Amino acid sequence: MSAPAPTLPAKLRPLAPVSWKTPIMLSVIGLLSLVFFGFAGSEQTATFGISTGGDVFTLPDLVVPGIATGIVLGLGMCVLAGYSIFLAREHRPTPGWVPMVFAALFIFAFLVWVVSGARTPQISLAGLIAGSVTLAVPLVFGSLSGVLCERAGVVNIAIEGQLLGGAFSAAIIASVTGSPMLGLLAAAVAGALVSVVLAIFSIKYLVNQIIVGVVLNVLVSGITGFLFTTVMQEDPELYNSPGRLPVIDIPGLSAIPIIGPILFRQSIVGYLMYIAVAAVWIGLFKTRWGLRVRAVGEHPKAADTLGIKVNTTRFVNVVLGGAIAGIGGSFFTLVAIDSFTKEISGGRGFIALAAVIFGRWNPIGAFFAALLFGFADNLQSILTIIGTPVPSQFMAMLPYVVTVFAVAGLVGKSRAPAADGEPYVKG
Amino acid sequence: MKLELQGISKAFGSFYANEDIDLVVEEGQIHCLLGENGAGKSTLMNVLYGLYEPTAGRILVDGKPVVFRGPGDAMAAGIGMVHQHFMLVPVFTVAENVALGAEATKAGGILDLEVTRKKIREISDKYGFDVDPDAIVEDLPVGVQQRVEIIKALVRNAEVLILDEPTAVLTPQETDELLDIMRQLKSNGTSIVFISHKLREVKAVSDVITVIRRGRVVGDAPPEAETTELASMMVGREVKLTMDKEPANPGEATFKVKNLSVISSTGQRVVDDLSFEIHRGEILAIAGVQGNGQTELTEAILGIQDRVTGSITLEGKELLGRSVKQVLGSGIGFVPEDRTVDGLVPEFTIAENLVLDLYDKAPFAKGISMRPAEVRKNAESRVAEFDVRTPSAENLASSLSGGNQQKVVMARELSRPLRLFIASQPTRGVDVGSIEFLHRRIVDERDGGTPVMIVSTELDEVMQLADRIAVLYKGRLIGIVGADTPRDVLGLMMAGVSPSEAESSHQDNPDDMEGDFA
Repeated sequence: MSAPAPTLPAKLRPLAPVSWKTPIMLSVIGLLSLVFFGFAGSEQTATFGISTGGDVFTLPDLVVPGIATGIVLGLGMCVLAGYSIFLAREHRPTPGWVPMVFAALFIFAFLVWVVSGARTPQISLAGLIAGSVTLAVPLVFGSLSGVLCERAGVVNIAIEGQLLGGAFSAAIIASVTGSPMLGLLAAAVAGALVSVVLAIFSIKYLVNQIIVGVVLNVLVSGITGFLFTTVMQEDPELYNSPGRLPVIDIPGLSAIPIIGPILFRQSIVGYLMYIAVAAVWIGLFKTRWGLRVRAVGEHPKAADTLGIKVNTTRFVNVVLGGAIAGIGGSFFTLVAIDSFTKEISGGRGFIALAAVIFGRWNPIGAFFAALLFGFADNLQSILTIIGTPVPSQFMAMLPYVVTVFAVAGLVGKSRAPAADGEPYVKG
Repeated sequence: MKLELQGISKAFGSFYANEDIDLVVEEGQIHCLLGENGAGKSTLMNVLYGLYEPTAGRILVDGKPVVFRGPGDAMAAGIGMVHQHFMLVPVFTVAENVALGAEATKAGGILDLEVTRKKIREISDKYGFDVDPDAIVEDLPVGVQQRVEIIKALVRNAEVLILDEPTAVLTPQETDELLDIMRQLKSNGTSIVFISHKLREVKAVSDVITVIRRGRVVGDAPPEAETTELASMMVGREVKLTMDKEPANPGEATFKVKNLSVISSTGQRVVDDLSFEIHRGEILAIAGVQGNGQTELTEAILGIQDRVTGSITLEGKELLGRSVKQVLGSGIGFVPEDRTVDGLVPEFTIAENLVLDLYDKAPFAKGISMRPAEVRKNAESRVAEFDVRTPSAENLASSLSGGNQQKVVMARELSRPLRLFIASQPTRGVDVGSIEFLHRRIVDERDGGTPVMIVSTELDEVMQLADRIAVLYKGRLIGIVGADTPRDVLGLMMAGVSPSEAESSHQDNPDDMEGDFA
């Protein structure tokens, strides 16, 4: 080009945004931790069991003093908070690893504090983690469903209904056919069916997606509750004894301390979870399909002008998401226990929704968010057993408190797909 | 590739946006579609691009009739389009945006962006685009985003490129660069359909000009045609494009802004330490590319921005920290930039809209009741005074055309004695005929001794109305210059160059604006 480009002045002051949210939040939590977990901690020592009986090699138990550990970890948190304040004063954002390390320190300090203050100051770390993963399974499936739908621009409030529908169908089909595998399949179909209703109303008839989702949850809860009392309870032998999916133990690998049971001693639903997380992640971010899905969720009109069928893409994603959540639902009736009861999903669909946001609409993020919620859930039950100074009601609140903090944006700002929740009408 | 449209009509209900349009785009030509906002240019191009199905008529490519069921078909036939509002996914990289819909893949549907990156670099080198394939689109300046759109079309082997109002979002310099790019594309054999209502650009670059008015082709014109002739073809009657106004007779400075800063909800400093004054009886125009703090500046004056520091005084009284009602009550007339969102309640009648900020004062209110007779009487006189074309003042505001809606807003704001008049984008989306009228009213207000502040992204408008011009860039005041400042100096200032540097650059390249193709 012939025209010389206009030269911009070299030193334009960048308008760097300063967010004090993170530094302030970290400072407050850090100081509170130092005081409560450190100076006001328990004088007992906390014992964490690392190895379980069947492991190939045995690691010694971790034994730490209550107050000293609390002070050290609390100081660590304060140092991180100080670093964050320093960065904010320099107009630089806090890097992602800071809140992560901070969270890890906080969780450990909290653990040491409650365990050392308990009547029997001893828990099995291996059991705690393995239990967390188990409890997280339906959450992970549910959040993957949410990620798939929302990445395509449809808000999926109906995860709870999909989980519940999956749990019910798995129970009844596995009982009648005597095959848990068929039950698993039926769970996927049931979840997909709930999604079909969501898709038809929200995509074709442009009904408010939140309202359809909420209505669906109530509908599924009503239908399964009704069938439970009228059919299942009439003849539990025939209709409500699905049997369990076997735990498949991979020899050798499953004996590794801590990670062995998590990764290599799972039911087929557990293994499917890992596969699904990896598949959805690769699908969304590495394939042509994923690029199109994300475009549809961010800027449907742009996708349309490039010949991508927006509403078809959305429909497929919503149904696929429903099937995945349905499989998650089968965990309740084919893995955890071998029967269906009313409201067996117990609001986990909503926790999964929180995991979607906490995980920033990323399958791997959602996976770890779901693990965190599973951890909180499991911790609560373990701590009740060992007898902590904290009332059990407060412990039962733990997963929900974590959810609120997570969704309120404790760790940076999450950004939903731009067209999330907005129906697409051509023209 | 030769492209023909024969007898194209497009109806929305009973309203015909296009009626019986014939158009021939020859190979390697820049064919301009000239028409006012709402004349039906964009509708026609959306028909051509397969986004709308025509009600009647047919499209021929190289003499053979084709039917486009969607944009995919149009692209396959070699038609590319750069939309007025870019069709780019902001959070994607350039490569992802270019690949979308025509992705190169490895086995198993895995994306192969390296292929796309290579193509982008090739095109970027060929035309001197300077586009990084891995940049995130939302971080790029608007001008570069537009190039990404052009690359998108070229990667798909577009032989006809439709540019829909491509200069609306560009600085004057970026506009000139775009015109150069268009000439380059033409010399490489690409035909271009250039949609615009800006006469200067149309004349600078077109081979053929087709004028469209109210959905119909009015006629063709050569680019050598007189500007006034083109304008009257476009509008359908004689129009005056220049403004006869007396030189300003400024009095004392009554409106003062000192060290004003505004922080946006995302924490960005969108207005940065701004200071200026406006005198009685003068028009200060705030120039700048859209999104450089103009909106926030006017909103800060009006009192609808929260995080504001500094001082804004009118006749010695501080306005900052007062409610919007108090600010309006102190004698400020305000025309917001988006009339359908902030200026009017479209579902209300014209009469009601004319008293939106006066409804609770005499004579329109008495105690807690309103006096409909007064509201109606007021509406009738305003409608007559401002020449609002409507069968009745009891019609809904939404039934009016853009120009008439703007007249209603302006009539309301100018209907009481003012101490300051602020108008944001006073003529955006307004037909040429109404522009003349609205500009006249603004100048009349100035001549009555009111300080006037105009915010406009249209340089033509700024230069016509202003007595002094303040240029904003990234929320900062680049400088305040006289109304006789050359166009390209203003253009450089709008890109952040200081007035003195811009002036010297202008001395070096006085012919820059001609954009000669060498």
